[in-house]
Amino acid sequence: MQYNFNVRKMGWLIPLIIVLCIMPFFMGRYRVEVAILFFTYIILAQSYRLVNTTGDWSLCHYVLFGVGAYASGLLAKYSGMPVWVAIPMGGVMASVVALGIWQPLLRTKGFGFFIASYALGEFVRLIWVKVHNPFGGPRGIIDIPYPPVVGTIDFSKPIPYYFMAMGIMLAMLFLMYRIDRSRIGDAWKGIHTDPLLSETVGISVPRYRLLAALTGAFFAGVAGALLVHRIGAVDPRVFDIISMVYLVIWVVVGGTTTFWGPILGVAVMQTVFEVSRPLLEMRPAIFGAILILFLIFLPGGLESLGPKFKRLFKKRSGEEAVSGYSP
Amino acid sequence: MDFTTALQTAANAGAVSCMYAMIAVGLSLAFGVMGMANYAHGEFFMAGAYTVYAMYALGGMPYWAAIAAGAGIVCCLGLVVERGIFRPTRGNVLAGFMATAGLAFIIQVFCGEVYGWGLMRYIPKPYMVPFDIAGAAVDFARILVVPFAFAGIGGLIFFMRRFKLGRALRAVAQDPEAASLQGISINKITALAMGIAGTLAGLAGGLMSTIYAVTPVLGHQVILPAFIVVIVGGMGSIEGAVLAAILYGFTHTFITTIFDAVTANMVVVAMMALVLIIRPQGLLGRVAV
Repeated sequence: MQYNFNVRKMGWLIPLIIVLCIMPFFMGRYRVEVAILFFTYIILAQSYRLVNTTGDWSLCHYVLFGVGAYASGLLAKYSGMPVWVAIPMGGVMASVVALGIWQPLLRTKGFGFFIASYALGEFVRLIWVKVHNPFGGPRGIIDIPYPPVVGTIDFSKPIPYYFMAMGIMLAMLFLMYRIDRSRIGDAWKGIHTDPLLSETVGISVPRYRLLAALTGAFFAGVAGALLVHRIGAVDPRVFDIISMVYLVIWVVVGGTTTFWGPILGVAVMQTVFEVSRPLLEMRPAIFGAILILFLIFLPGGLESLGPKFKRLFKKRSGEEAVSGYSP
Repeated sequence: MDFTTALQTAANAGAVSCMYAMIAVGLSLAFGVMGMANYAHGEFFMAGAYTVYAMYALGGMPYWAAIAAGAGIVCCLGLVVERGIFRPTRGNVLAGFMATAGLAFIIQVFCGEVYGWGLMRYIPKPYMVPFDIAGAAVDFARILVVPFAFAGIGGLIFFMRRFKLGRALRAVAQDPEAASLQGISINKITALAMGIAGTLAGLAGGLMSTIYAVTPVLGHQVILPAFIVVIVGGMGSIEGAVLAAILYGFTHTFITTIFDAVTANMVVVAMMALVLIIRPQGLLGRVAV
């Protein structure tokens, strides 16, 4: 049965989740906060891969993450909407904004697509900077409420929020995994591999590109909402192109051919990020050098090392070339 | 807005147009020849400005020698980028674009670590007396960029129409495979294109260094407008880049004077979106991006 959870393939996830459940009690407060950040970034990177499967490397994805944060924060702060409703609403709002942004973007591809998405994302960011009511202008918004106390569980404490973020992350990852494996996901990959052939077999390329963008934007928005209710503040300066390049670095380092690549990329690069804390000013240069080295010497990302090693040990002819949509 | 303010704004807009024309022409040329987009082009501009700072303001060398050295150094930088990044990633626009974004980070950190972060670097103006045009006082550097832009871009267009090497440049832009069958070395031509692009960007950076705040994030401010100019003008079209730079310079400067800079940026991006919807290939471009 296709829809069953494949225990043989996915069994290694169960011990991983158990470790994730035990870890926060031994980590100390700072590391728990870092882990919450890490969960939201995993949703973000994975949603970015969802858009990339069609071959569109948009440069406004981090801004859509911001739309989720702004929307959820504003709804929870001013309209008194419960945080549980505001978080999915953040995702919906990100999709709505993406629908507008993608109208001109659907007419472009390749280089024009990067630049136009960069510029349109910047447009959305400038609206936040310019409009003081309700976006708070260049200072952003503060005092965004935490999720409410349920029974005896106070979600403003780090550990309960950790479990909430983990639960949402796992649910989102499961949804994205299902979408990736569905007919829709196959259509997106088909558009990347051969757009003309996809059109011939009846896939509407613009419609599916739009669908990928809206789906990715929804998950990015949920990630942003999850982050904003932990930090309690939002600042428009965070959502500029530099953060976007960091997101691209995660995905490039991990690789985009398989589902697990972006997660691996976030894990590795966030570790580098934490380790390089003493070298604060040098950090962009370190990340830039890593990006250049990966793009030139390992364009498939870290995930492409696995099959390479396998081939090395099995001493088999490498006929089944590692094909895919690496950057 | 009275007449003098309008005249003053128009003079400033002319200087900004010339500067962006010099930056965007190089970007567009490199895209036309290689099919690659250089994100570090803004940092090329900044490198030209920092060379003038290091040699003229710190080293006490003549202003003109510093500007020439800036153009030369950035030309070499362009050649290095062509050899080190664009040649290994040829045919993959995204990889080239992202790798140069990484390079932009490295150049920013280099300038910040060597010359200091934070405050802008002060470069004394070589000629203090402003020009007086019908009541509008125009800075010398703003006047100076105009003849350089005309000479640089005019010379490039002349070179591409009349010289054999320039024709080879156009041939590679049209069809690399057919061009290489005619005995044109693609590697040499792409290196030439990046060299020209670097020279123009370095020259513009050196000339505008006394006006702009020279900080490590200077390139970051310049690159988005330069890309917008290239898209609006039409990818790979030099005449289109010049036309779009003039449109950009006047629109952005006038809206900044009347309203504020954030509004001006938003209007310019909205204009770009409009151009993409109505005419996806850009104003003077031939193929859709």
